[in-house]
Amino acid sequence: MWAERPRGNALCKECFFHAFEEEIHHTIVHAELFKRNETIAIGASGGKDSTVLAYVLKLLNDRHDYGVNLVLLSVDEGITGYRDDSLETVKRNQEQYGLPLKIISYEELYGWTMDAIVKQIGLKNNCTFCGVFRRQALDRGALMLKVDKIATGHNADDIAETVIMNVLRGDIGRLRRCTAITTGTDGALPRCKPFKYTYEKEIVMYAYFKKLDYFSTECIYSPNAYRGFARAYIKDVEKIRPSAIIDIIHSGESLSVKKDIRLPVQGVCERCGYISSNAVCKACVMLEGLNKGLPRLGIGKTHKERRKMQEMLQQETGAADSTPCTDQSLKSSCKCENKTDQSECSSQTYDSDNASGCSTYSKSQKCKDGCSSTNPRTVAKEKLSIFGKLKQPPSIDF
Amino acid sequence: MPLPICIEFGGGAELLFGKVKTHEVNLPDKEASWTIKDLLTWMKDNMLKERPELFIQGETVRPGILVLVNDADWELMGELAYNIQENDRIVFISTLHGG
Repeated sequence: MWAERPRGNALCKECFFHAFEEEIHHTIVHAELFKRNETIAIGASGGKDSTVLAYVLKLLNDRHDYGVNLVLLSVDEGITGYRDDSLETVKRNQEQYGLPLKIISYEELYGWTMDAIVKQIGLKNNCTFCGVFRRQALDRGALMLKVDKIATGHNADDIAETVIMNVLRGDIGRLRRCTAITTGTDGALPRCKPFKYTYEKEIVMYAYFKKLDYFSTECIYSPNAYRGFARAYIKDVEKIRPSAIIDIIHSGESLSVKKDIRLPVQGVCERCGYISSNAVCKACVMLEGLNKGLPRLGIGKTHKERRKMQEMLQQETGAADSTPCTDQSLKSSCKCENKTDQSECSSQTYDSDNASGCSTYSKSQKCKDGCSSTNPRTVAKEKLSIFGKLKQPPSIDF
Repeated sequence: MPLPICIEFGGGAELLFGKVKTHEVNLPDKEASWTIKDLLTWMKDNMLKERPELFIQGETVRPGILVLVNDADWELMGELAYNIQENDRIVFISTLHGG
């Protein structure tokens, strides 16, 4: 067999395997992704990327003696006819590669399966829920397993797509972070992407020629996802010039942000203790919406959705305090949000509605300037339940 | 003389072809030799069961679908212009799904 490599040289099967594996080894060594005796959770979906990642990491760990312990970590979103089948693949991988496996489900974490969420929300924005919930689920699962790091199968094509999506959304905060090979190093749980420079085409070729057992059905809920458009665009560009994928990543890495652009400050969610750039994280806003029968709460404009949540909470507690900046209740974020001049706030913020993860939202920061009472985040940090390990605000990349 | 070849699908591309991964087919007799370009048109008319736009775009395969001719990347074989030989094995693998 001969494979035409995106970098422009043709190789026979054995040389292709070797080059593919050693390039990933080079990435791991060069970016210092692993340290001896660390436990690494591989985010495993049963799809091609994570299946190849598990296979290659096991192989390289043996070949180059990294001395790390590898475990498989899967998230069960509760999507009948999709995830249940792909988890069967992960279970086979567990046996084939001899790696321990932990499965964590949306149902046990949030009380909602994706099937149930789609019944509420429909097909248009369900990927936003799923993306926000999955990121947290993976972190929670990893904390339960007490691992040192999470490795995900994001490949070069995925990262290039993300760069393009963040440009289209004008999401400066994420644009800056999305090309990093390791994120969250100052927090509790770093994440790394050993396939950052690996083309999707080569991953698929590798899986095909190694006859790896992977699951390849498109998610039944994803046809309307925004990412699909970026994905098709990347593939069209690749057809014309294969190196465009790495070039887009390079462009993303080279961007610098002007000093006067205000970037989100990452703290922790006062409800669940998860990393958040807002007082209440996106997952909590979304869950609140689902549980209150207002599923769209989590997917509108960020400032609108948070105001709605605020109002709901006030009705609930009967403490509709209209005085600005009286942060007495832990449940509500800074009350003066209601009073803040919207146009003034939004002109200075980079609001990323609909994006996955807790979005940038600097209104509370604006409030904080004039807010002399206890910062809700300080209080929240003390009541971390799940993330009790965190001493200072981590910066896990959303 | 009809031309016997083997067509295989992987990575989800089989879902567009009646969920069957391996197809032994006889390409009908024609004057000029069969190229992959001809094959794609023939597949579209005779084999593709649903959503043709997920497989064919214009006269070629949708970007993101790998094509292998006897286990070699078709980019090394002349792509659409490759002259199909008897008993060739042509594989189409979709990369266009989550991982």
